[in-house]
Amino acid sequence: MTTLSDRQAIGRDLVRREGGLKVTGTAPYADDAEVDSPVFCRLLLSPTARGRVTGIEVPEVPGLLTVLRAGSAEKLTSTGDDELAVLQDTSIAFRGQIIGAVIAETSEAAREAARLARVACTEEPQDTAFSPDRDDLYKPEKVNAGYPTDTAQGDLDAAMRTADVTVERTYTTATYHNNPMEPHSTTALWDGENLLLWESTQGVHPVRETVTEVFGLAPERVRVVSPHVGGGFGSKGAAHANVIVAAMAARALPGRPVRLALTRREMFSLVGYRTRTVMRTRLASSADGVLSGVGMDVVAPTSKVTEFAEQAGVPTRMMYAAPHRATSHRLAALDVPVPTWMRAPGECPGMFGNEVAMDELAEELGVDPIELRVRNEPAVDPASGKPYSSRGLVACLRSGAERFGWSGRRRHRVGDWLVGTGVASSVYPAFRMPHSTAHLRYADGRYVVSIGAADLGTGTWTALAQIAADGLGVPVELVEARIGDTDQPYASVAGGSSGISTWGSAIVEAARAFREKHGTEPPDGAEATGEIGSNPAQGQYAMYAFGAQFAEVHVHADTGEIRVPRLFGMFAAGRIVNPRTARSQLIGGMTMGLSMALHETSVLDPRFGHVVTQDFADYHVATCADAYRVEADWIDEHDRHVNPMGTKGIGEIGIVGTAAAIVNAAHHATGARIRDLPLTLDKLLPHLP
Amino acid sequence: MTPFDYRVPTSAGAAVDTVAANPAAVFLAGGTNLLDHLKLGVAEPEVVVDVNAVTSDEIRDDDGGGLWIGAAVRNSDLAADRRIRTRYPAVAEALLSGASGQLRNMATAAGNPLQRTRCVYFQDTTTPCNKREPGTGCSAVGGYTRYHAVLGASDQCVATHPSDLAVALAAFDAEVQVLGTGGTRVIPFVDLHRLPGDAPERDTVLERGDLVTAITLPALPIAAKSRYRKVRDRASFAFALVSVAAALEVEDGIVRDARIALGGVAHKPWRATNAEEALRGMPADEDSYRRAARLELADARAVAGLDGGNAFKIPLVARTLVAVLRELGGAR
Repeated sequence: MTTLSDRQAIGRDLVRREGGLKVTGTAPYADDAEVDSPVFCRLLLSPTARGRVTGIEVPEVPGLLTVLRAGSAEKLTSTGDDELAVLQDTSIAFRGQIIGAVIAETSEAAREAARLARVACTEEPQDTAFSPDRDDLYKPEKVNAGYPTDTAQGDLDAAMRTADVTVERTYTTATYHNNPMEPHSTTALWDGENLLLWESTQGVHPVRETVTEVFGLAPERVRVVSPHVGGGFGSKGAAHANVIVAAMAARALPGRPVRLALTRREMFSLVGYRTRTVMRTRLASSADGVLSGVGMDVVAPTSKVTEFAEQAGVPTRMMYAAPHRATSHRLAALDVPVPTWMRAPGECPGMFGNEVAMDELAEELGVDPIELRVRNEPAVDPASGKPYSSRGLVACLRSGAERFGWSGRRRHRVGDWLVGTGVASSVYPAFRMPHSTAHLRYADGRYVVSIGAADLGTGTWTALAQIAADGLGVPVELVEARIGDTDQPYASVAGGSSGISTWGSAIVEAARAFREKHGTEPPDGAEATGEIGSNPAQGQYAMYAFGAQFAEVHVHADTGEIRVPRLFGMFAAGRIVNPRTARSQLIGGMTMGLSMALHETSVLDPRFGHVVTQDFADYHVATCADAYRVEADWIDEHDRHVNPMGTKGIGEIGIVGTAAAIVNAAHHATGARIRDLPLTLDKLLPHLP
Repeated sequence: MTPFDYRVPTSAGAAVDTVAANPAAVFLAGGTNLLDHLKLGVAEPEVVVDVNAVTSDEIRDDDGGGLWIGAAVRNSDLAADRRIRTRYPAVAEALLSGASGQLRNMATAAGNPLQRTRCVYFQDTTTPCNKREPGTGCSAVGGYTRYHAVLGASDQCVATHPSDLAVALAAFDAEVQVLGTGGTRVIPFVDLHRLPGDAPERDTVLERGDLVTAITLPALPIAAKSRYRKVRDRASFAFALVSVAAALEVEDGIVRDARIALGGVAHKPWRATNAEEALRGMPADEDSYRRAARLELADARAVAGLDGGNAFKIPLVARTLVAVLRELGGAR
């Protein structure tokens, strides 16, 4: 494996290179694509959750160009993915499904046409109410990311019967919508034979793969460009139906660029979400806090359109040592929109159940929650039997406890506020995608590295330049990264916290090839390409980032209002490429975890079949006033197995464990154990003095 | 958004005449609620009459020691006014607890109390709503009721009034000056808003064309020591689950007088006259406060809904009211 021995740029606290553009409002996003005489597309959505469209009438609005209708729109080449088989027939599978689109000369005319459109449809009985007690739960073939649905080692039932102390509890998480700041948007231009898409996406190449398949096009006929992206959190990880409609609209109006920007409300039915989870957690322990068994049984809803199984039981498989283990996942398929990835799918909800259960066990045993976790530290990965490439959980718990001021914690009261503290572990796999390619070119004393990667607002431009600089052994100021265009070499999706690890590996390989080919004094125009496959060490080691999160929670003794004046996260996530942008991602994840703990919930009204908290007035996310002091730090971790940089990925781990730490702290403050998120004041009221 | 005609009248009278003559005409002040409704399709006016230039943005002392507040005074300016902050601190607290800085810079003294409910079904034109479309039914009952009423609701409508300012104004005997086609008149603030009854589409007693030109606050020494306490689901930028505006006059441990209004609990700012009466002459202690809360909430009813409905709001109102009275009364 290539090594980067002389690190000059990696680890430097550099400001993000595009920051100036962003704060001055001049960074172009997909909806800002500079095109000549664009036209505007607005969607028509189904008013019912199940039935058939029988007619769509759109009056002649000045400026209206064309209307696409369910059943009569162009036939797509591939309809294998039902979510993307948009407008192919008249059936309605969920409320808020795209059943038509109007395209007009102006945004106003398109909105007016959409407003005046009369949709007729038949209604059939709909099934949108989720319950873990439904009698039609089924076992999916596998769960998200390809993990097995169920696992079992030893005999957990027997371990539960014979243990000194057991915890068997059910925890639930709510429905969450990803809600990136920038709504999903597309500018599409079908220019003769070629389709050009400006798209807000976590991966231009994956979008191209999808679009070429759906429309039956050769890859070289489709170009996807995505310069700046205002967040995605998984909802821009794969193309959704809106992208297909934008391309269909553009094909209907050749030569005219079509803009399709979703509204916030449309995002609640079209671009995915995290499903509810109901998690039955079991822990079997000896009196001195050594686990003999762990288990988690997950029930969640999914969509009848396309299955998505949130793998909430997966972290329980590897987190703590115990000879007897069992996990399972069951689904209820409903007439609801298609769920998708949302920041740390699996780990985020799963570690809520897991880590609140550990807190309950610690209390039951009278053992410090950190001590309990340390006592159950596994020597090898319990799920695979492989050694860990590095496992920094105990170091995070110990050093985090010191930084937070954990020792001597006591429940107390300050004025009207009940005060407590809580802790939870974090974990996220150190993924590296199996394929990416980087290209390097030298000219005029400067190096340009090109890779079709994405910057979701996280600092990719800066971090990739830092990696390339160290790969080449040149000052970072001489390196420029170019990303976000399928004209650049293939890059994997910015998902699974794998971006820097995957793309950086390709860049290191390109730098090695460049130096091998051109030496240290390359001629102008010198080029080299680096391509990587999957990491051979992946088969030998279990690779994870770990963390420990600490929360101080205040609960108002009269009203139950909850405040989190302090959150501290300590992480072991391998080499940190850029401390400034890394800290921003970690505290961003923690703040989103705080938001999950206290605020976020998409309330689906089963009488109608749609989420009724469908804007930012009703779907609460944490405000600045809710996030008082959110701090993150990391331990110095050197993992030579993960990739040449030693990075593990930091985009997701920050949200894992936060909600559990807050719920555990609220319990410490009040004595009330709330097992259902969000933790709102009405749940605490009955337990207050 | 429906196309509409935008007009800037030359006088308040002309504004009144325009709106009175056209059932599809509306007034525009700060626009913080109307613009949402235009975008959502909740309001589809044909004519929008901008009254910002024909209403006053001044705050004046009146002869009796009270304040005259022009209809167009911005929430930010009203909250920052020294007279408001010293004579009626609960009014300033109510204003500052609402919305965001940007919205407070736009919202006006008259417009804010006239904002409409934030019931999710009222704001979603794809669901039935008696307030938006009379006779279609109430979707909130049995649905998402977290922000809905526990006092004075009807089977037609369980919506709450969302304004914070209105709660403080209701507590402090404010009055509303109205210009209508028949001239000017004065309405006690507590009578401005209605309970839903059989006509939930009507939020207030104002008639078509009625323009609020000013709000007056009387000289009220008790209000100099007052509080607005807003309990909500997050620390900022959220409507009240419940709120309490209160002032208490205590002498020798006895409550001499009280002013109390509740927010987030009814179709109108809820002046808590039963609680006020129950407190007068009683010891300023926990028992009196609890008794007052109990009496005020004797007829409170929860709305059935998802996740247990809103039953939690009844004890929450009581606990919040007791906490505020305890703070004002200085007794534990």
